[in-house]
Amino acid sequence: MDNNSPLLEMKNISKDFFGNSVLKDVSFKLEKGEILGLVGENGAGKTTLMKILFGMTVIRDTGGYSGEIFLDGKPVSYKTPFEALDDGIGMVHQEFSLLPGFTAAENILLNRESTKDNFMTELFGDRMKNLDRKDMRKRALKAIGKVGVQLHEDMLISDMPVGHKQFTEIARELEKDNIKLLVLDEPTAVLTESEAEILLNSMKKLSREGISIIFISHRLREIINITDKILVLRDGKIIQEKPTLSTNITEIAEAMVGRELEVSTRGDARVFDKTFLSIRKLWVNMPGETVRNVSFDVNQGEIFGIGGLAGQGKLGIPNGIMGLFPGGGEVILDGKKISLNSPRKALDSGMAFVSEDRRDVGLLLDEPLDWNISFTAMQVQNKFLKPMFGNLVKWRDEKAIQEAAQGYIDSLEIKCTGYSQKAQELSGGNQQKICLAKAFIVEPRLLFVSEPTRGIDVGAKKIVLDTLIKNNREKGTTIIMISSELEELRSVCDRIAIIDEGKIAGILPATRPAAEFGLLMLGTSPVTGGAV
Amino acid sequence: MTFLNRIIEKTGWPRLIIALFLLSLFIMAPFAEVKIGTSLSDTLIRFGMNGIMVLAMVPMIHSGCGLNFGLPLGIIAGLLGATITIELGATGTSSFFIALLLATPFALVFGWGYGNLLNRVKGNEMMIATYVGFSSVAFMCMMWLLLPFSSPTMVWGYEGVGLRTTISVEGFYLHALSNIFAVRIGTFLLPTGMLLFMGFICFLVWAFLHTKTGTAMTAVGSNPVFARASGVNIDRMRTISVMLSTWLGAVGIIVYQQSFGFIQLYMGPFYMAFPAVAAILIGGASVNKASIMNVLIGAFLFQGILTMTPSVMNSIIQMDMSEVIRIIVSNGMILYALTRVKKGAH
Amino acid sequence: MLKKDKDNVIKFLETNLVPILFVIIIAFALPLSGFSIRYLFNEIIVRLVRNLFLVLALLLPIMAGMGLNFGMVLGAMAGEIGLIFITDWNITGLNGLFLAMILSIPLSVLLGWMCGKILNRAKGREMVTSYILGFFMNGVYQLVVLYGMGSIIPIASDSIVLSRGYGIRNAVNLTGIRQSLDRLLPVKIGTTLIPVATFALIAILCLFIIWFRKTKLGHDMRAIGQDMAVAEASGIDVAKTRIISIIISTVLAGFGMVIYLQNIGTMNTYNSHEQVGMFSIAALLVGGASVNRAKIGNAILGVVLFHLMFVISPMAGKNLIGQAQLGEYFRVFVSYGVISISLVLYAIRKQRDRTRAGIALADAQEVPE
Repeated sequence: MDNNSPLLEMKNISKDFFGNSVLKDVSFKLEKGEILGLVGENGAGKTTLMKILFGMTVIRDTGGYSGEIFLDGKPVSYKTPFEALDDGIGMVHQEFSLLPGFTAAENILLNRESTKDNFMTELFGDRMKNLDRKDMRKRALKAIGKVGVQLHEDMLISDMPVGHKQFTEIARELEKDNIKLLVLDEPTAVLTESEAEILLNSMKKLSREGISIIFISHRLREIINITDKILVLRDGKIIQEKPTLSTNITEIAEAMVGRELEVSTRGDARVFDKTFLSIRKLWVNMPGETVRNVSFDVNQGEIFGIGGLAGQGKLGIPNGIMGLFPGGGEVILDGKKISLNSPRKALDSGMAFVSEDRRDVGLLLDEPLDWNISFTAMQVQNKFLKPMFGNLVKWRDEKAIQEAAQGYIDSLEIKCTGYSQKAQELSGGNQQKICLAKAFIVEPRLLFVSEPTRGIDVGAKKIVLDTLIKNNREKGTTIIMISSELEELRSVCDRIAIIDEGKIAGILPATRPAAEFGLLMLGTSPVTGGAV
Repeated sequence: MTFLNRIIEKTGWPRLIIALFLLSLFIMAPFAEVKIGTSLSDTLIRFGMNGIMVLAMVPMIHSGCGLNFGLPLGIIAGLLGATITIELGATGTSSFFIALLLATPFALVFGWGYGNLLNRVKGNEMMIATYVGFSSVAFMCMMWLLLPFSSPTMVWGYEGVGLRTTISVEGFYLHALSNIFAVRIGTFLLPTGMLLFMGFICFLVWAFLHTKTGTAMTAVGSNPVFARASGVNIDRMRTISVMLSTWLGAVGIIVYQQSFGFIQLYMGPFYMAFPAVAAILIGGASVNKASIMNVLIGAFLFQGILTMTPSVMNSIIQMDMSEVIRIIVSNGMILYALTRVKKGAH
Repeated sequence: MLKKDKDNVIKFLETNLVPILFVIIIAFALPLSGFSIRYLFNEIIVRLVRNLFLVLALLLPIMAGMGLNFGMVLGAMAGEIGLIFITDWNITGLNGLFLAMILSIPLSVLLGWMCGKILNRAKGREMVTSYILGFFMNGVYQLVVLYGMGSIIPIASDSIVLSRGYGIRNAVNLTGIRQSLDRLLPVKIGTTLIPVATFALIAILCLFIIWFRKTKLGHDMRAIGQDMAVAEASGIDVAKTRIISIIISTVLAGFGMVIYLQNIGTMNTYNSHEQVGMFSIAALLVGGASVNRAKIGNAILGVVLFHLMFVISPMAGKNLIGQAQLGEYFRVFVSYGVISISLVLYAIRKQRDRTRAGIALADAQEVPE
C-alpha cells in the first residue's frame, strides 16, 4: 500500500440519467481520519455521488458513470453495495433499516453472526451452524463501545427511543473490522440536541482512531464544528472545496444556492391588500416531512412560495391542509375556518392541490386522460353528469368529459394520442400538465402546487410555470407553490417562506438575494448571521 | 409474428389455451358422436345459470377488494329468500320475484357487515373473504336445522324439524325465467328468458358503473390514494361495492335454482365461489380490473368446458376426467392471476 | 402501576382470545357430553399421536413470515403416495413405515420447491396463494392417482386398484403398517395405551425445531419474517431462504401424514390430505398462535383443545337439543370460524399498529402553546 495516497479519491466523476446530467467532473480527496462535510441543495448530486461510491445497482442500470475511484490508491469500481462493504466502506442511511423484533446485538451483527460448527454442518453446509450468542454479545458491546454511548445490547429495537436506533445503525457499521470509511447521511436529523452532541463527539473520536467520515448534513453549525474540510455541491458541480477553518457560514450558503446568472425575478413588486389564507400553529404528521408549528398569511391574488431542503416539512404543509395527512392547528380561508383531516371539506371550500407525488396521489395511471382530468370535478362539484331515464339517475356525460379534456390537451400542449390514452403512458412533463388540468377544471380559489417541475424536462417546465402565472394573472387564483428549487420560486413568487426542521425559518420577498434564502435553509438567520 | 406475439401477450397463455381447448372440443364433438345442438344449449343454459354469480365478482374487483371469495354469503341471502318464499306459500312465476325481494334485505345487511369487516382488514381481503364464506356456510348449517320452518315441502318428513338438504322448486319457480320465450329447435333449447334476465342484470351493473358513485368506485379500485385526494370516502365506496356483490350473489343463486330445479342447503354453497372466480379470470379479468365483457366471455368459456369435457372426453378416451380437468383449470387460473405481478406498479 | 397491570391483562386477553374462547366452549359442553374423563384422556392421547407432528410442520414458514402454510397439503399428498407404494409392494411394519417416509422426501422436496417458487411470486398474499395451490395440486394428485396409477405407473396389487383396472381405490387399507410405530414401545397407564415411540419421534421434532431456531438459517428466517427488505439489504438470500422454509415444512408434513395414517389404519385416498390441512391450521390457531407467531406450546395446547371440542361436540349437541348432527355442524363451524377470527384479528392488529405508530408520532409533536 502506498502510504502517501489518500484513503479515498474520486476523480472526474460524471453521471447522467438519460441525458439529464446530474454530476459533472467531480473530483475530491479524503485523507485517512479526515471528516469531510458534504453540503448541497436537493438534487445537487450528493446522493448520486454516494450511490456511485457504493456501486448501487441503479447506477449500473442507468448506464453507469464516468471517472475513477481510488481506495488506498487502488482503482475500484463496485458492482454491488456488498463489494463496497467488503472493502470497509459503511453507510448509515436516513431511514433506519433495523429489525424491530431483534435486539441491538442481533441487529448489529445481522448476517455476520458468530457461529459454531456442529455435526449438521458437514451434511447441510454452513447455514446449519449454531449461533454463538456469547461471542455475539461480546462483539456487539465492543462496537457499541466504539460509538461511545450507553446502549443495552439485549434491548429490542422496538423498545428503543429514536436516538438509540441511530446509534445501533452506526454500531453496525463500526462492527466491521475493516471499516475505513463511514458515510453518514443526515444522522442528526432525528436526534435530540444532547444525543446529537454525543454523536458528534463519537465522530471526532472515530476520526482520531483513523476512520474517515463523509458527513452529509444541512445543519451548518454541526458541519463547521466537526469537519476538517467542506465540499459544496451545486447542480452536479463542486462549487467550493475549502478547509473548514478558512470558510464561514455565509460563504457556504452563497456557494450552495448562488447562481452564476442571477435570474430575473419578475421585478414588479405587487401590492396586496387582503389576507386570504391564515395558517396558525399548524402541525402535520407526514412521515419524513413533519410540520411542527407553522403560522403564516397569504394575500388574495398572491403567488406564495414555500421552499426549504428535503425532509424539513415544506411538503407537509399542503398535504396537511388538504387533509391527506393527519394534522392540527387553525386554517382560515377567506374568513371561514377550514376543518382539517378531511380532503372533501378542503376541496369543498374551493382549494385544490397538485401533489408532488404524481404517480401515487396525482393520477389514475390505469385510466384514460379524460377520467383523470374530470374525476375530482365530478365528485366534488357534480360537473359532467347528465340526467338519464327522466332524471331517474345521473350518468357520466362522456361527451362533455371528452370535450373538456380535449380543451386542456390543446391549451396546455399535452403530447398524447388522445384523451383516451392511459395516464401511465405519458411522459413526466405531460403527466404534470394533466395534474394541472385536473386542478384548473375545479376553478379553485386557492391552488396548492407542490414540486410542479420535479422530474420534467426544460420545455415542459417553462409551460408549467407560465401556465401557473397566467392562471394567477387572468383568473386571480391565489397560488401557493412548494418547491425545492429556489431559482424557480424566485422567478414565479411574490414572497417565499423557507421551512427548516418543521418550522418557518423566515419569509422574504422574492427579490431578496439568493444567499439570504440559503442561510435560512441552513438554519441560520440572515439578520443575525449566527446559529439558530 | 409480432402481431401474434402481441395477441398472446394481451390474452395471456392460460386464457388462450382454454379457448383453444374449448374450440377443439367443439370440433371433436361430431366425431365423438356428441350432438352439437344439445351441447350448445347445455352450455347456454349453464351460462345463464351461473352468469350472475360471475357478475357478482365485478363490483368488488372494481373497488379494489379483490376476488370475491366470500360469494357464499350472498348465496346464503338468496337461500334465505328462497326458503322463506316457499314457507310463505307463494307459487308460480311470481314466487321467483318474491324470492328476489325477500333475499334483498338479507343481502344488503350481510353485505354491509361483510364490507365493514373487509374495510378493517385491507390487504388481506381475499383470504379472509374465503374463510368468512366458509364460516357463514357452516353457521347456516346449524341454522337450517334450528330455524322454525314448517312447510312440509321443505322439512325432514320423519322428524318434522330441520330443512332438507335439497328442496325441489317444482310448483314454485321452476323454470320461471327459462321458459319465457324459450325456443326449441330439435335438441337445441334456448332459455331466452333467463338469458334476457341475465342481460338485464348485466345492464343494471353496467349502468351503475356509469353513475357518479360507480365512477368513484372504479377510481377507488384503480388508485385509492387518488380517490381520497379527490374527496371520495374510500370505505363507503368499498362497502357499497361489497353490498352490491353480495346482492348479485343472492340473485345469482335464485336464478340458478329456477333453472336447476333444486335449492341446495347445508354444504351446498360451500365451494360455489371458486367456479365464479375462475370464470371471470378466464374471461380476462385480473385481481384488480374486470368488465362486464370479462363476465360474459369467462362464463361462456368456463361453462363450455364443463359441459363439453365429460361428453367428448368420455366417448373418445373412455375416461371421465372432467372433474379433474375442472379442478385443474379453475384453480390453475386463479393461481395464475394471483402470481401475476400487478401491472403499472413499476 | 395499576394501569400497567390492566394493560397487561388486556394484552393477555387479546393475544389469547381464541384459546380462552375454546376453554369456555369446552367448559360448557364437557358436562353436557357426558363422557368420562378416562375416555377423554384416551382420546386426547390418540389425537396428539395423530396430529401433533402435522401441526408442528407449520411452524417454520410462520417463523419466516410466510403465514399459515396452507400448502402443507402438498406434503400430505407426498406422504400418501409413499404409503400407496409400500402397500402395493407389500412392505409391512416399521420397514414399510420408514420406507413410505423416505419415498415421500423427494416428492415433498420437489413440491415444496415449486410451492416456494410460486409464493415468492405472490409476496404479500402467500396464504391465499398457497391455499389455491393446495386445490390445484389436489387436481394434479387426482390425475396421477386416479388415472395414472395402474395405467402409466405400474401398480401390481389388485386390492388397492379400482375394478376398472387403473386408479387407486377410495379407501386403501393400511393393515401392514397399522400402528406399527404406536405399538413399538407401548406403555400402559391405567387403561390408556401410551405410544411412547411415536411421542419420542414428536419430541425429536420439537428438539429439532428448538435447535433449528438457534442456527444461522433459523436466525435468517426470523430476520426475513420481520422485514424482508432489511434482510435482503444485509445480504441474506431472501428468496432462497423462503423456499427452504417451505421445503422443510412440506417434508415434515409428509412425515406427519404417514404417522397420522399409520395410527388410523386406512387411507381415504382423495380426502385425507384436504382435511388434514384445515384441521392442522385450525388446531394451531386454537392453541393461541397467530399468523406471524407460533410456538411449540401453541401446537400442543391447540391439538388438545381443538380435538377435545371435536370429540365432545356431537354428543353435547345431541344431549342439548337431541340432534347429533347439530354438534357436527357446530364443530365444522368452529374450525372455520377459528381460522376466520385469527386472520381478522391479525389483520386488524397490523392495521392498528400502523395507526398507533402514526398517533405516537403526532403526540410527539410539539403541542403549540
